[in-house]
This record gives sequence, C-alpha cells and structure tokens, in this order.
Amino acid sequence: MSDRFSGKAWVYGDNVDTDVIIPARYLSTSDPAELAPHCMEDMDADFMKRMTPGDILVAGNNFGCGSSREHAPLAIKGAGVSCVIAVSFARIFFRNALNIGLPILECPEAPQGIKAGDRVEVDLAEGRIRNLDTGEEFSAKPFPPFLRDLVARGGLVPTVRARLEERRRKPS
Amino acid sequence: MGRTLAEALIASHTAEPVEPGSICRVRVDFAFANDITGAPAIAEFTRMGAEQVFDPSRCAIVPDHFTPNKDIASARQVQAARTFARNQGMLFWEVGRAGVEHAFLPEKGLILPGEVILGADSHTCTGGALGAFATGVGSTDLAAAWALGETWFRVPQTIRVEVEGTASPWVTGKDLVLSLIGSIGVEGARYAALEFGGEAIAALPMDDRFTVANMAVEAGAKAGLFVPDGRTLAYAGRRAARPFEPVFPDSDAAYSRTIRMDASTLEPVVALPHLPSNVKPASECGHLELDQVFIGSCTNGRLRDLELAAAILKGRTVHERVRLVVIPATAEVFAEALKRGYIETFLEAGAAISTPSCGPCLGGHYGILAPGERCLSTSNRNFVGRMGHTGSEVVLSSPLVAAASAVKGRVADPREFLARDEVPGGGESE
Repeated sequence: MSDRFSGKAWVYGDNVDTDVIIPARYLSTSDPAELAPHCMEDMDADFMKRMTPGDILVAGNNFGCGSSREHAPLAIKGAGVSCVIAVSFARIFFRNALNIGLPILECPEAPQGIKAGDRVEVDLAEGRIRNLDTGEEFSAKPFPPFLRDLVARGGLVPTVRARLEERRRKPS
Repeated sequence: MGRTLAEALIASHTAEPVEPGSICRVRVDFAFANDITGAPAIAEFTRMGAEQVFDPSRCAIVPDHFTPNKDIASARQVQAARTFARNQGMLFWEVGRAGVEHAFLPEKGLILPGEVILGADSHTCTGGALGAFATGVGSTDLAAAWALGETWFRVPQTIRVEVEGTASPWVTGKDLVLSLIGSIGVEGARYAALEFGGEAIAALPMDDRFTVANMAVEAGAKAGLFVPDGRTLAYAGRRAARPFEPVFPDSDAAYSRTIRMDASTLEPVVALPHLPSNVKPASECGHLELDQVFIGSCTNGRLRDLELAAAILKGRTVHERVRLVVIPATAEVFAEALKRGYIETFLEAGAAISTPSCGPCLGGHYGILAPGERCLSTSNRNFVGRMGHTGSEVVLSSPLVAAASAVKGRVADPREFLARDEVPGGGESE
C-alpha cells in the first residue's frame, strides 16, 4: 500500500450507516470481490457505475455507524476506494478499517473544503489532505502511537501472528 | 479520583494503567461470533497462523442471523462455522436449541457480571445489562481474541445516565432508551460508555435492562452498563455457567457528563424513519398506516416483551391490512411463552409465529418489505433499506406500542387499549 495517492472525491453527509455501505442481503459472503459491486448501493446506486479505482470517500460525522459487519470496509476496499476521510467514524468501523488495512483519516475541516468531483491528494504518513482543484490543504488528526504501529505492521493479522510466534518461543 | 464501572471492569482485566483515553491490552472472558461474522473471523484466525482458540469453553458461534438457513450461501456459512466450532471443541448450538445471540447467551449464563465480553456483532453491548463490559467488534478483532484471549481497548469516557422518578406502566425500557437517543442523538455517546443509574433504573426488570443496554450502540456508545444489584445477581446466579465476581464503580468516580432524566415525564414513543434518534410520542403518529408489525429481535424478543404484547392482543385481532410477525428470541422464551398461553393468544389474533432468528430485523428473511411498505418493529435500527427495499420504512417502538398498532393498523398508543392496572407488572419473569 502506497502512502500517497490521489483520486476523485465522492462526498456524503453524516451518519452513513453500514446498511447502506453494504446491505445485509449481500452478507452471505465476505469475499471483497463479491461485496464490491454492491458498495454504497442503497445510498447511491450510481456509485459503482461511475467511480474509478483510487477515488476517495469524504463524509461527515459518524461514518460507518450501525452494524459490526467488517463487510463494510471490505466492500469499500474491494471497490478500489483508496481512502475514507470523515469528520468522525463510528468506533467499530474505525477498528475494522485499521484492522483490514483500509486507510481512513479523521479530519473535521476537509469535508467542508471538498465537493463532489474535486481531485484530492492524500499523504497518509503525514496526514495531509490537499484539494488539487482549490489548492486548499487540511491536516488529519494523528492516531495514537499504538494505532500507528498497528497500521505500520499491516493491520491486525500480522500483529497477532507476531504475538503468537513470540508466545511459541517463550511459553508463559 | 475513583473509577467508573467501565474503568473498574477494564482495570480488573489489564495490568496497564486505566485512564480515559489510554490504550490497554485487556483479558477477554468470552468471545463469540454469529453465522454472518463467523465466516470471516474463521478465515482471519487461520491467516493469523493460530491453531487453537484460547479456551474452547469461552469461545462460541451462535447461528442466528440467516438461520434456519435461508439459502444455499447461508447454509454454507453455517456449515463452515459448525465445522470450525467442532474442530476447536468450542460452543455451538443448532437451530431449535439456540436463539438470537444477545438474548440467548445471557440466558445460558455465558455473559456474567464483572466480565469482559467481545462479540462480533454491534449489539454485544446488550451484555452491559449484567454489569459486564460487553462490546461489539468486527470479525478480525474477534479472531484475534479467539487466538490470544485478549484484545485492546481505548478506555472510554463514561457518561452517567441518572433516571429518577417512577415511570407509568405503559413506559418500557424501550421508551426510556429511545427517549434518551432522541435527546442525545445517534452519536451522542460515540466512543463513550453509558452507565445507567437512579431509582427508575433500579425498578427496571432484567428484560427491560437488556433492551436499554442493547440500544447503547445506537447512540454510538462502546458499552451500556448497569451496576449489578439484587436483580442482576439473582438472574446471573441462577444461570451462571462459570464462577463470576461482580465489579462496581467507586462512589467518587469521574464522569465526563451526567444526563438526568425524569421517568415520570416519559411516554410511549416511536422512532420514525430513518434514524433511531427521530423520536416522537406514539400518540402523535396515529396518521401512519402500517403494512407489517414485527415483535422480536435481540432488543425486544424476550419473555417480558411477549407478555406485554399478549396483554394487548388477548381477545383482539390484528387489523386485516397488517401482517403481524412474532419471533420469540430464544427456544427457552418460546417454550415459556407457549406454556403461558401467549403463543395461543398471538395465533388467535392472527399473527405469524416464527422460530427464533434475527429474521426480518436486518432484512434477512421472515418478513422482508416491498417498496412503499411501512413496518413497525420492536428491533433497534430503522436505517434506509434495513428490513427490505430502500423504498420501505421502519418505525421502532416497544412491544406495547407494536401490539396496539397491529390491532389498529396504524401507529397507536397502548394507553388506548390497557388501563393502568391492566399492564402486566414488571414481575420477575426471568
């Protein structure tokens, strides 16, 4: 995963819930490739028809509220979205996104300064967001060190694998 | 400064300093998934290189969402869960002996006061009714807990909800929690723990407490906690599958905020589409015609809920335009409701009864909505498309409002049907 990318912005409001990100009727699978065609379907039926891989989701407060379904960030990642920028995230979605390696940025100002279709550049490591059409720049809230490490290790799976190996070497 | 219940529960499960905002590695007492979240958890568990769950008697999969299997894909998910659970020696129950996870697991004594519980389902917060730090996570977090017997938490701030006064008999736990969410909003408690207290909370039957804790996540909360009291300990003591040690908050605990509510001013309410915070008095929504009413789910599918619905439906019939779907949340609830005559009452009123399942709550099966249809539901979410077509609507309410509305064919106030002394008391049906 590269740390810098740019894409077209898709802008949504507050409380985008997991039921509209990926409706329950598609939860008989957790394969990102099968989930992706239905990403955002119940909120914006055109999204998958018109988005191009690398595009960026921009939203208001409480993005990903509702269910614990990891299928939500999996669908977004599977669709090729490079990053989600929101004023705030619901807590389970927040954890799920970091765990599966979907880049997310919390930024109270960016959603006001980005409109649908704007080209946006993100530097994940620096937490910098730039609207290429207006030149405006925004800073994302930095993650605590524990979460930065989790992301740097590639998510939760490699982290747990390392813990298990450590335990096998010196059983408690 | 003393500790809130959330802080005390986390502190009893970690060696690290516990302060709001700090991140701790926390021991987990019980970790479970359902048929939808189980499959990805199993895949991640394998990718982690894990071979054995940390303790098979503390790890479970409850098939409840798309069960009895609604189609071949769902059957395969349950099959994968069953095979994994068998190979691991962990807990798994077949249809007919199981139920909706958040009603079923407390009933089996697998969620207990003083514990830390992780579930791959957002309504895991229901376990907070027992004074457990119970919270929902995704499948990868759950897989990590199965592998390690621990997880990480950012210690939440705690919001104390103090409910004084005496509620009228038509006001249930559902009306209380919907009124709270109506006032603080769907992110009013985001990342925070809610801790409930006060005389109206002490008076709440266990089944109503489960309803309140269940909906904590609809305000964005990480947990919805009740301080263990006599009712909690009687319920847990009778059912406990393992020894437990209740944990209590300190009297000088520091809360980020205290919300005061007066139970005597509450009335039966509904949450209109499409957010649980869109709360209005039921008495003001009589213009809303209904096509379906659903009584069930992890929010309101327990014995007390069916008792209240039966009190209204006894000797009455469901409106000819309305389909009433009743789903007891667990096999035990179903059996007891049958013994007490509630099931007969529902059948005579013209209801369809289904076997325990999440059913239509999340748009799975047993009552999916067509475009233009409106359902009054005792469940917890009324998002766009939640129970079917995106052009359908879901209104949330208590079982009393739901039963009254099923009879009237439109949103109704239970006060029109039952006099004060006709509402069954909050007896210890648990």
